[in-house]
Amino acid sequence: MELIEVANKEALKRMLSADLILVDVVPAKEVIPGLDKMVVLHAGPPIEWPQMCGPMRGAVTGIAVFEGWAENLASAETMAALNSFKFFPNHHFNAVGPMTGMTTCSQPVMIIENRTFGNKAFCTINEGLGKVMRFGGNDEEVINKLHWLKEVFGPALGAAIREIGGISLKNIVARGLTMGDEMHQRNVACSGLILRTLAPALARTMVDKEQLSECLSFIGGNDQFFLNIAMAIGKAIMDPVKNIKGCSIVTAMCRNGTDFGIRISATGDEWFTAPVEMPEGLYFPGFSEADANPDMGDSTIIETIGLGGFAMGASPAVAGFVGAGVASEASAFTRKMSEITVGENPEWTIPSMDYKGVPSGIDIRLILETGLAPTINTGIAHKEPGVGQVGAGVVKAPMVCFEKALRALARSLGVI
Amino acid sequence: MKIQKKKDLLIEPLVVLNIGLESFAKDLEQQGVKVLHIDWSPPAGGDPELVNLLSKLGS
Repeated sequence: MELIEVANKEALKRMLSADLILVDVVPAKEVIPGLDKMVVLHAGPPIEWPQMCGPMRGAVTGIAVFEGWAENLASAETMAALNSFKFFPNHHFNAVGPMTGMTTCSQPVMIIENRTFGNKAFCTINEGLGKVMRFGGNDEEVINKLHWLKEVFGPALGAAIREIGGISLKNIVARGLTMGDEMHQRNVACSGLILRTLAPALARTMVDKEQLSECLSFIGGNDQFFLNIAMAIGKAIMDPVKNIKGCSIVTAMCRNGTDFGIRISATGDEWFTAPVEMPEGLYFPGFSEADANPDMGDSTIIETIGLGGFAMGASPAVAGFVGAGVASEASAFTRKMSEITVGENPEWTIPSMDYKGVPSGIDIRLILETGLAPTINTGIAHKEPGVGQVGAGVVKAPMVCFEKALRALARSLGVI
Repeated sequence: MKIQKKKDLLIEPLVVLNIGLESFAKDLEQQGVKVLHIDWSPPAGGDPELVNLLSKLGS
């Protein structure tokens, strides 16, 4: 249909013309209207407490203690069961969050500005590896880390970014791809590049040398530091693609540990959901599939812009890490994803695939035509609250989401 | 000429191109037959309603 082809070209044009700058880090309540006390933003499509999985519940109780809304985890759980908290998806507030994706009023959020279209996207700071709230961790160590991010690291990061007038991000992603990152399960290159950019500014703006050392070590010691930046990049790219009449391009994919949800351009903010699938992957020593929670997080916004599983060819090391086969098979994932996308990104290229651009603009019609579901690289959380990450793997987006979206697209065009 | 080709088919080792069901390819592989498997499935899993929509929406 001609209208759809024209709409999809416009969508790809908007995606590729994004100009992305990390401009600041501020408390979430300062930039996200409506993010009041007792409001919890979570990953994935809408969900309420009774339907939440173990890690999501663990994170909710932990964040309530962190914010001072509950005295302890047990009272937070009681409050949640009594509907004391209001739950909304991050996506409803121009935000995204990894795994459980907790975003609340006093957490610092990074602001990514898309200067081509003037929109902003928000994401919390990556907490690091080990026991963390994004995987459902909620003990004292986890909450203390969140306080350090709020009181020390967030303000320091914001001051450093302002001091250098913001950080242009498209080039960092482009270089990261040439250095083996796919920006979902491997961010070691981009995290290093961002540290190299930030370190002089942090040194100039921070007075306390011990704190400076802690901040530098925190970034340098976290291979996934860039993940949350990449996610906000994805959100900032895709939001201006919403609401193009007849457009069959996917604008968001996310999961809350219970459901997988997608949005397409033509139907704006409408969610198309289906039960989320279990990742297939590799487990850390001592854990197995029996411990795993179904897939979770807003991080699939990374695949939505052609990175992550779509850019597996750039990152052979990840193919092994997520149990997706041998390194030489990594490019096959990228080639497959080219079959369900309408174009390539000429600025984000993969050297080992003759500088092929990452597959961009997921067309739901092509997914259903080919039977190829988007491939997603993901972390695997333990199904019980408070345990954390137990592995990494690959998961497929459920076909039912795309079938529902196709029917809605047809209705929007008066075809049915 | 055509008859000659058919004879070759029966004499030379078989090379199979398998489209669709992978189990067919695996069965042949187990018997030592060289198989190239093509990963294919009917559009929309063969669902007539969705196939009809896809044809109208022109993918």
